[in-house]
Amino acid sequence: MSEHHIKLPEGSIEKTTTTLNLGPTHPATHGVFQNILELDGERIVSTEQTVGYIHRAFEKLAERRPLYQITTLTDRLNYCSSPINNMGWHLTCEKLLGVKTPKRVDYLRVLVMELARISDHLICNSIVGVDAGAYTGFLYVMQYRELIYEIYEEICGARLTTNMGRIGGFERNFSNTAFEKIEKFLREYPKVLKEFENLFERNRIFVDRTQGTGAISADRALNYGFTGPNLRAAGVDYDVRVHTPYSSYEDFQFNIPVGTTGDNYDRWLVRNQEMWQSLSIVEQAYQKIQEFKGAEAEVYHADAPEYYLPPKSDVYTKMEALIYHFKIVMGETEIPAGEVYQAVEGGNGELGFYLINDGGRTPYRLHFRRPCFIYYQAYEELTKGSMISDAIITMSSLNLIAGELDA
Amino acid sequence: MAITNEHIKQRLIEKFSDQVSGFEEPYGMLTFEAPKEINLKVLNYLYDDEELKFRFMTDLTAVHYPNQTGRELAVVYHLHNLADNVRIRFKVFTDISQPDVYTTTGLFSAANWMERETYDFFGVNFVGHPNLKRVLNVEEMDYFPLRKEFPLEDQTRIDKDDEMFGRG
Repeated sequence: MSEHHIKLPEGSIEKTTTTLNLGPTHPATHGVFQNILELDGERIVSTEQTVGYIHRAFEKLAERRPLYQITTLTDRLNYCSSPINNMGWHLTCEKLLGVKTPKRVDYLRVLVMELARISDHLICNSIVGVDAGAYTGFLYVMQYRELIYEIYEEICGARLTTNMGRIGGFERNFSNTAFEKIEKFLREYPKVLKEFENLFERNRIFVDRTQGTGAISADRALNYGFTGPNLRAAGVDYDVRVHTPYSSYEDFQFNIPVGTTGDNYDRWLVRNQEMWQSLSIVEQAYQKIQEFKGAEAEVYHADAPEYYLPPKSDVYTKMEALIYHFKIVMGETEIPAGEVYQAVEGGNGELGFYLINDGGRTPYRLHFRRPCFIYYQAYEELTKGSMISDAIITMSSLNLIAGELDA
Repeated sequence: MAITNEHIKQRLIEKFSDQVSGFEEPYGMLTFEAPKEINLKVLNYLYDDEELKFRFMTDLTAVHYPNQTGRELAVVYHLHNLADNVRIRFKVFTDISQPDVYTTTGLFSAANWMERETYDFFGVNFVGHPNLKRVLNVEEMDYFPLRKEFPLEDQTRIDKDDEMFGRG
């Protein structure tokens, strides 16, 4: 207000804004994307986002790949919770093909998906801590994310880009070691999460840094197409797991935590609460799986021989199994023409698969609804007028994953 | 009480009579199309109506059908009524030689980047968009890569027969 009235001394520099390139490779962006910030001192006047640095044309690639080969593409969307993406893709295929999965498969999937959600939120929340200057929490919980990755490893052999499961179920039953590891996780993790929570939840410095920054109202969040924890932090209780249950989520008891202000602190709290809820779902799923006895406990895939790869021991010894193996891998089995939209609750929100098949072996068109890409456009509105250091926390508390952003 | 697909269909026909067409329900999701000139009218109606309340844009993308002369590009909107938890799919078709479709950014802020992405890959020109430029691809690119005339593999290769690998 007063700037215009101040008479600057002769020869002094006029008031200007500074342009700052944040990224594409900056430690604080936690991924490859660029933000061009226009700054007035330390305040942000405007921002412009440039994305696409790791665009890999998945949608185009998918048009030349049979269904199974697309699972590996979904791994690389939100790589902090790839099993959710894998399951989401398989659910899409199952919807198109009309494959019905047995209850035990659903529960196994729920178990894995909730573990993935925990690891996703754990990264996000601890990174928010790092950007606020608290490195300890991050280093401490990484050790426990490792427990989750060990479970993945036991289930599918991979850790980060899991390529887990098949159309109709899993490639093999969970081993005893896998269940032991899940037990170990359920035993050890609550204590760690509680400690992690204590480090931040009522920490004066952390609360001061995050409360009231990067806030968005429920109306604006909905208009911007927010989903997942970011929308719930603004106070809207929309959760795909509850609204459009898939994989038997309706059999589980859990709450949807919501925030009120949609600021960085609420986003942190919502993710934190969701980890507790996920933990409870994992426990419930584990109990339900233990209830299957005898032959039922051996069920780990649907009876869908046209789409589910035969066991390797048969492929090596039986002619029919070998033929089917090739037919499925080459996409020679009949795939009905159709148009499917299937959404799952990913780590960041509604991860949607829009699949059009014209009867060919590969999708005619596959579109990923990537929650990250959709809510990142709100970044300018979220950060306008805030300090640059708050904008950094806003970026990490939105949980922007470059893989999902660019696809 | 949740609104049914049949009811939504009736409401749309009441309002737009024969301009809305192609009603289908693939896998339970009501799908319909309208001429591209009235896409905003339809979306506004779906948004403002006190009963329909389709106020959440889930997804916006396009599909290229090179064989449908005059309606090669389909712009597909996925809308969600969060209160009643109903989803619908709405399509408009456009000629590829003049792919002008009105922007929905006035209604949904979320449409901004989604339309930029659709422009980027299919070349749909969203009329009235505040910042219609490429979002994922490099700005110098002068073609729209998700159109079907751009095959994935090198077409000069003769060792790979299309009939054996992928779409023929």
